[in-house]
Amino acid sequence: MTFRIGPRTSQIIAYITLLVMTAITVIVLFFIIFYILKNGIGQLTLEFLTDRTRDMGREGGILPSILGTLFITIFAILIATPLGVGSAVYLVEYTKGGFIRRIISFGADCLAGVPSIIFGLFGFIFFVITMNLGWSILSGGLTLAVMILPTIIRTSEEAIKAVPYTYREISYSLGGGKLDTIVRVVLPSALPGILTGVILGIGRAVGETAAVIFTAGSSLGLPTSIFSSTRTLAVHFYILAREGISMPKAYGTAAVLIIIILAINFIAYRLMHRFIARYY
Amino acid sequence: MKDKIAEKLLLFIAFSAILSLSLITFFIFQQGIPLIFKAGLGNFFSLRWAPTRGGFGILSMVVGSLMVTIGALAVGIPFGLAGAIFLAEFSSSTIQKTLKPVIELLAGIPSVVFGFIGIVILVPFIREIFGGPGFSVLAASIILGIMILPTIVSISYDALLAVPKTYREGSYALGATKWQTVVMVLLPAARSGIVAGIILGMGRAIGETMAVIMIAGNALKIPGSILDSVRTLTSTIALELGYAAGDHRAALFACGSILFLIIIFLNIIATRITNRK
Repeated sequence: MTFRIGPRTSQIIAYITLLVMTAITVIVLFFIIFYILKNGIGQLTLEFLTDRTRDMGREGGILPSILGTLFITIFAILIATPLGVGSAVYLVEYTKGGFIRRIISFGADCLAGVPSIIFGLFGFIFFVITMNLGWSILSGGLTLAVMILPTIIRTSEEAIKAVPYTYREISYSLGGGKLDTIVRVVLPSALPGILTGVILGIGRAVGETAAVIFTAGSSLGLPTSIFSSTRTLAVHFYILAREGISMPKAYGTAAVLIIIILAINFIAYRLMHRFIARYY
Repeated sequence: MKDKIAEKLLLFIAFSAILSLSLITFFIFQQGIPLIFKAGLGNFFSLRWAPTRGGFGILSMVVGSLMVTIGALAVGIPFGLAGAIFLAEFSSSTIQKTLKPVIELLAGIPSVVFGFIGIVILVPFIREIFGGPGFSVLAASIILGIMILPTIVSISYDALLAVPKTYREGSYALGATKWQTVVMVLLPAARSGIVAGIILGMGRAIGETMAVIMIAGNALKIPGSILDSVRTLTSTIALELGYAAGDHRAALFACGSILFLIIIFLNIIATRITNRK
């Protein structure tokens, strides 16, 4: 006698299995966030956020790391945004398929897949040593700019593509040139989508460790110029946790990171939705 | 005139990604490849890693990277596919709209946070239940599996959604249940997209560094079981780059070159598969 499961039963079993597996994924995610916040939120006093780091991180706050993260991220965004948006504009508005388009897309796709430790190696040998910029905010920012470039290119490309063609035709019919149309019509319409890409780029930059630890270093001093070495929040957290310097401070730093990431994802989500509601 | 200049400038900017990729390729290889020939292939693919005393064998790390990657796929593929199928076929649009950003949030969590969760929860748990040091292939596989989930889910989800509606309707009209439709119609139709997602997830797992360093134990030998400590190519680079000099540093770039070749190879396969349609 062979035992066969009927289609209805298999449908029910499959549904329950998929539901349980998806639920596990979601629970794991919320557990990670909840666990970090539960253990870290008590550390988040004004003093922790605004004090210098003392005794390698056992005492004091995380002000140098907050500033370091801020400066490196701003720097990376300032470089990557014009390059990324420019690339996307060229891809959508100036190429009609063909070799150039394929090679630019291939570059962006491959760059998106490059692991952060490779960016760390590259930034170290190219910016820190060959260009002699040393371990600095500048080297770290440039390395991260290269790293987040594909995110910004891809998101901007989608955003610019979504702007209806009629907008461009109306602009041309009013006598606008190609550049005028792009600057005055296409880019403003695509702005929320482009901003989503920039914000996702900020998220990647803030959470990055391997690419910045070998380019910006791990100095705990307050950064004074773009040539200062600095230690970002993620790097500080890594050192606190791995070397077992201070668990409470590690949880506190992790909580700050998680809160920033949550805020960034929330903003990106809202912006994207407003954009989608407008054009799709 | 203005338009011509703008076009030239934009073309120049548009090459920034491919230019960066070329610079990365050039500098990593230029630093690493000569060492491979200097040491000799026999030495380079041996088990003896003593880079300050002429031992440049990366075999145990290559095996280590492969083991944690296969482990990550064993965790990531079933959960990733389940998530994608559930989202695309078994949930209402409200659930889709809530779950999709939640899974994207998982992609945004920094790798150091995953590593930390590994240290404080997963490693003690494995030590308690299965014995051994806890810092192990198993711990790294589970954490990496979670980390590559969002990649597999979102690419497979897009692939499933891209299957024409008529395929589903045809299947239902023949009396198939939803699950039968998924297995017999949708998964085969979305196969190339799903494979591309898995390959990209594989690339993420093999390239992940900080989370692996924190939980894999980093012992320099080929692990005998999944409860043993393991060291990957990426961990070696990150652990030793801070103090390496001369041939030692070159050897780390050689590790980077091998890693880079693997990643580019995986990316080219993934792009090929996606563009075939």
